[in-house]
Amino acid sequence: MNSMIRVAAVFCLLLAFATQLVSQQPTPSPTPQASPTPAPSPGLGGTSLPNADPFPSTYKPFSRRTTVIRNATIMTAAGPTIARGSVLLRDGKIVAVGTNVSAPADALVIDGTGKYVTPGIIDVHSHIGVYPAPEVDANSDGNELTNPVTANVWAEHSVWLQDPQIPRALAGGLTTMQVLPGSGNLIGGRSVVVKLVPSRTVQGMKFPGAKYGLKMACGENPKRVYQTRGPSTRMGNVAGYRAAWIQAESYRRKWDTWNATHKGDPPARDLGLETLAEVLRGNILVHNHCYRADEMAQMIDIAKEFGYSIRAFHHSVEAYKIADLLKANNIGAAEWADWGGFKMEANDAVKANLAITEAFGARAMIHSDSALGAQRLNQEVAKAMYAGRANGIMITEDQAIRWLTINPAWALGLDDRVGSIEVGKNADVVLWSGNPFSIYSKAERVWIDGAMLYDRNDPNERWRTDFELGVVKEVN
Amino acid sequence: MRALLFISIVVLAAAAPTFSQTIAITGGKIYPVSGAPLTNGTVLIKDGMIVAVGSQVNVPAGAQRIDARGKIVTPGLINSVTELGVIEIDQVRNTNDVSAKGNNNIAAAFRVWDGLNAGSALFAPTRNEGITTVVVVPEGGLVSGQAAAIDLVNGHSTDMVRRPAVAMVAQMDNANGAGTSARGELIGKLRTLLDDVILFRSSRGEYERGALRTLSASRTDLEALIPVVDGKLLLLIEANRMDEIDAALELAHDYHLKLGITGAAEAWLCADRLAAAHVPVLTGAMSNIPESFATLNQRQENAALLRKAGVQVVIVATGGSDVTRYNARNIKYEAGNAVAYGMSYDDALRAVTLGPAELFGLSDRIGSLQSGREANVVIWSGDPFEFSTQAEHVFIRGREVKEPSRQDLLIERYKPKTQR
Repeated sequence: MNSMIRVAAVFCLLLAFATQLVSQQPTPSPTPQASPTPAPSPGLGGTSLPNADPFPSTYKPFSRRTTVIRNATIMTAAGPTIARGSVLLRDGKIVAVGTNVSAPADALVIDGTGKYVTPGIIDVHSHIGVYPAPEVDANSDGNELTNPVTANVWAEHSVWLQDPQIPRALAGGLTTMQVLPGSGNLIGGRSVVVKLVPSRTVQGMKFPGAKYGLKMACGENPKRVYQTRGPSTRMGNVAGYRAAWIQAESYRRKWDTWNATHKGDPPARDLGLETLAEVLRGNILVHNHCYRADEMAQMIDIAKEFGYSIRAFHHSVEAYKIADLLKANNIGAAEWADWGGFKMEANDAVKANLAITEAFGARAMIHSDSALGAQRLNQEVAKAMYAGRANGIMITEDQAIRWLTINPAWALGLDDRVGSIEVGKNADVVLWSGNPFSIYSKAERVWIDGAMLYDRNDPNERWRTDFELGVVKEVN
Repeated sequence: MRALLFISIVVLAAAAPTFSQTIAITGGKIYPVSGAPLTNGTVLIKDGMIVAVGSQVNVPAGAQRIDARGKIVTPGLINSVTELGVIEIDQVRNTNDVSAKGNNNIAAAFRVWDGLNAGSALFAPTRNEGITTVVVVPEGGLVSGQAAAIDLVNGHSTDMVRRPAVAMVAQMDNANGAGTSARGELIGKLRTLLDDVILFRSSRGEYERGALRTLSASRTDLEALIPVVDGKLLLLIEANRMDEIDAALELAHDYHLKLGITGAAEAWLCADRLAAAHVPVLTGAMSNIPESFATLNQRQENAALLRKAGVQVVIVATGGSDVTRYNARNIKYEAGNAVAYGMSYDDALRAVTLGPAELFGLSDRIGSLQSGREANVVIWSGDPFEFSTQAEHVFIRGREVKEPSRQDLLIERYKPKTQR
């Protein structure tokens, strides 16, 4: 009996992949899907490029049916929590939410009594795929440590799709993540924003229309990695960023002129400068690993010197010291709840960091930087919320849920599509067994674009990567 | 300024001699762990010791009363695998005193507590969150050294050490770290070492006269290992893959060792064998990632499945960052996750209190709330495993500890002065 279930599970998995395979064919698939995909924006890859989007998303939503979750506590991240509410998912979108939702007769009805519904969790800082499990040199592809500035590399070319950390993160309620290059370089390269879905290609996971990010890093890591060839100091780091932006400015000017006139031969392409020029044009968002308050303040000045914006500081363990400055410059702060002490620049970490950031009106958000943390970002936020309260900063659950959802969505430029439970948003939704800020609650079901990708209570709905088959035991 | 004033008052209060006081914690829900929970019970503390626990306790006149109505009272929590006091900042080499060089990757004589930094800034945040005792565990090599139990009192390291040498620590999951090139070679080296200790034990005269063949470890290391082959000192072996755990069990059987397994990623696959051999396991409930080929079957239900099979389980941290140092305080969340993944609440609480006290031979002094035990007691605002709960009063050896941590002082300095 047990083995029958296993066979069925494997078959389901194959079917899921087959559906994907077929839906990628030009001929109509047996289960036609409405296209939820907005046309990629022209500026996606770079206006200086002959092909602005050389590795376009081929993501198609998985098979889905109209679903209504009834009588649940709904944390919307857009307004007050709704008690005994319902949410209706249809054609990949949230089409109704509230206490009075009517659903079509053929809708799948899910009883949410005693349960909670939140938007899908968004992690703006992941190395899943580029630093996969098991940790082996052969797949350790997150840091191109050959030059302090590698704006030319793209994280998506390092993602190992068989990483068992991907389905585990989904099971924690994660629906979207930004995979970043590591922090060994001053400028580490482009990020990629993906959905937590099984796919044979990285293009099949890419969030359609999502902007790229640029990973930059302050402080100890680059100067440690390059101590023999430089930069070996923080002043060397800053000189390195500025030198790169000076080149990028010049490159951008040449290409903008040529794009406007098309006179003569186009300037020679340079992949790294192309990416940096796109940052200067506002088409790529800067995600800056930076721990210390004083260094963040300097990075803000560098951005002003060259006319780009920093979208979010990541780690920012000292954000609480300059939260007013972050607010004034409209820069997000992506933080851990309680990591600290592992190196000098993390020595001033405090558990009230997120709460103080929020209290000053800056845009606070959780992030994982860890495949374990990514599985329980709700627990991380709970720690940070209660640490605020313990220090007299009254963070409400309605504020805290934003740290997990709409604020990271904003950091990725996707807050018009995901990150809240509002009509018209993508149906990325998590059903929790209880209050997500309790240690005893677990994500029970996870929907992405209205398709249920995970069901804790149904082993057939568990997705196992190729790597796991036959070597990691299947457990119920 | 007001904040500073407040803090200095607290510091003075903590420094005041409360030791000789009689303290009665009344009205709370008490988890003695050694017995069934009591609602509306009293814990009476006198001269640093628990003198009574029950629902009918007479509170002497003049006792300091702490109203614990609506609160939960437990023994102070024990974190059984930490680097507190021996690593301050991981990446600052000069603050690292957790791994000895040893001879031939054997450092049995290494007493990690000799380098304990009693001034560590990491003790205060740990004890303020309800952890009253930690075990400081050496790392690396084949035999890493001796682990010590430390009470998180404020003072000199000699005041803090509750018991030196609660365990000898060895590694079975890293052949290279042991100075070998294969698991089989590592196990052979360990057997040779134990054989040599036995020979050394019975041939001291020849050894001193230089009449004994060359042994595989130094004199001090051999000497330190005698209590291990005597079966008196716990040997903690880090083993993760199923066969590594099996090999450790075989070793314990052949040499009559008192064994405990740490790491233990795939221990649930050996649950019956571990139970039959009465070998305890130190594991957690927050890691399910096949992070190496030795931990492919790591899962969050590990602790619960082992317990179900009858294995003695001690909960240690497996998930999160800096869990053996900066976040040693988070051991309570590991226990909470163990409950979420199938362990009973009582088992999980025992696994961070009386369980480790028994494992390390300390249960006659700490780990439970009963008369005659030292007063390591925590009053919690609610369920100790929940994020919403605060440790409101923490007593270690009968003294309340509540001086602010470095992190508290930073928060005081930077938090907005007018709350929204």
